[in-house]
Amino acid sequence: MIHLEGICKTFRVARRQAGFSQAVKALFRREYALVHALRDVSFSVSKGEMVGYIGPNGAGKSSTIKIMSGILTPDRGKCQINGLTPWEQRRRHAASIGVVFGQRSQLWWDVPVADSFLLLRDIYRMDKDTFKKSQDELVTLFQLSEIIQTPARQLSLGQRMRCEIAASLLHRPEILFLDEPTIGLDAVSKIAVRNFIKQINKERGTTVILTTHDMQDIEALTERIILIGKGRILKDGSLADLKKHCSSFKTLAVEYSEGDPVSDAYIANLPGLSLQSAVAGRAVFTLDTQTLSVSSAVTALSQRAELTDLTITGATAEEMVVSLYKEYQI
Amino acid sequence: MKAYRAFFRIRFTAGLQYRAAAVAGIMTQFAWGFLSILLFSAFYKANPAAFPMEFSQLASYIWLQQALLAIFMPWYLDNEIFALIQSGSLAYELVRPLDVYNFWFVKNLALRLSRAVLRSFPILFVAALLPAPYGLTAPSGINAFLLFLGSAVLSFMLVVSFCMLVYIATIYTMSPLGIRVAALAATELLTGSIIPLPFFPDKVLAIVRLTPFAAMQDLPFRIYSGHVAGSEVWPALALQAFWLVLLFLLGRAWLAKGLRKVAIQGG
Repeated sequence: MIHLEGICKTFRVARRQAGFSQAVKALFRREYALVHALRDVSFSVSKGEMVGYIGPNGAGKSSTIKIMSGILTPDRGKCQINGLTPWEQRRRHAASIGVVFGQRSQLWWDVPVADSFLLLRDIYRMDKDTFKKSQDELVTLFQLSEIIQTPARQLSLGQRMRCEIAASLLHRPEILFLDEPTIGLDAVSKIAVRNFIKQINKERGTTVILTTHDMQDIEALTERIILIGKGRILKDGSLADLKKHCSSFKTLAVEYSEGDPVSDAYIANLPGLSLQSAVAGRAVFTLDTQTLSVSSAVTALSQRAELTDLTITGATAEEMVVSLYKEYQI
Repeated sequence: MKAYRAFFRIRFTAGLQYRAAAVAGIMTQFAWGFLSILLFSAFYKANPAAFPMEFSQLASYIWLQQALLAIFMPWYLDNEIFALIQSGSLAYELVRPLDVYNFWFVKNLALRLSRAVLRSFPILFVAALLPAPYGLTAPSGINAFLLFLGSAVLSFMLVVSFCMLVYIATIYTMSPLGIRVAALAATELLTGSIIPLPFFPDKVLAIVRLTPFAAMQDLPFRIYSGHVAGSEVWPALALQAFWLVLLFLLGRAWLAKGLRKVAIQGG
């Protein structure tokens, strides 16, 4: 379905030192730096799969999405999606994909969402019945009936994002690319958006590739993740594998009313538990679950202090990337 | 085609909403038209022999120019296109099964037509009622009128193909400011928007006539009033068509090249 092989993309960026004299110098001689956005990126995705594409800012996630949707032309490499090369057969390819850029809007700002949908119907040359059926389906699924008559500018971000995703699904694309679909959304909207994506994947069999910084997105949505850092694919595998690989470390934050786990000698000498930071009444520990289990750490802490609150968080996407960086020495 | 038609429709109907702007525009164009005609009539009284055209021909030229301002003015550009190039929303245009050049072209045609429809008829109507030789006179014949219409359509598309080059240049420069100022300065003068082209010195005029700018509005206006007639018309129309095809092809090739090396702004 989707097949990328050896994709490389380099951007040329003008740069100079700060300051007036440097600005004048740059008038005559400009220095460029080559930014290697993607180096030898290869992967395949089969039909109906849901893939999470993660990595820190500037890792090359968006560039990959843009190449796969035909917007950017790579310097080198092959990409076949449904037998088409996106940047060469852009228009034919565009008819069978849906794209959502979380940071931009495709809805016409001043007109009701329904009007934008009508325009999309004409752009994708859908006949009336197919369009009606698809729209009704999405309106029910995404619960849009109350907001579809509202101009896009008057929608909340969460409402708008639901409409944005619905808009890219109207023409029943086989593949959906989501570039940070949950950026800036509150917890409730995030969960709603995740559920919609899941349902679309299940009901229409749409292949979904999404990029995100939010580890919870990935956990809720995808089995498979591809991790990219500095333009290279670092890891391509199941989420469970990756978690096993780098989530033996957990962060354990406690709040307490009596006792003092921070200066307690017993706690301090407990192997696998080390203090990260502490303020009066609150302490944050790093726990290595390979040496000390979560339950024994919690037991030890609750014996030494009267705990009023306890939170345990696993590795975030960023922490996983950082630990992989260390491992791959990038 | 259906998609382009839909865009034309939505743009056109959106443009029709701005009634207050249209009324203000009509007032401005009337004032400007009257002032120009008063100015030229002073010249005419001083020395009718030095006038390159009949006074009634000049009046028609100016009224057509004012009435059809929205169609023929090269500086009337679509800010939405500049905004989407600068913000990076161009990405959304590229994930549609549409030809970007044709799409922008149609958008510009619709934008200009919707503005012209509201403004031109009141101006043409009142100008036709003005006493001779200050008003808009009837075309010099049915033949001239048909040729005027043909040439006006070519001019309209030529102006839009020129604007397309301004948009495409923005993909490279990112800021439309410099290009807009340069395009404005060049075209205002060379198209005959400030002084009708027949008033240019002969030697300058001979060169200006060969540029695409002379084909952007001067030609249809002169065909209308019979200032260009007979065997002079066809070569002028051929040159106009040549410029249209050239600018169109140039724009398409340049855009294709620009989009291949495009980097979307803002991540």
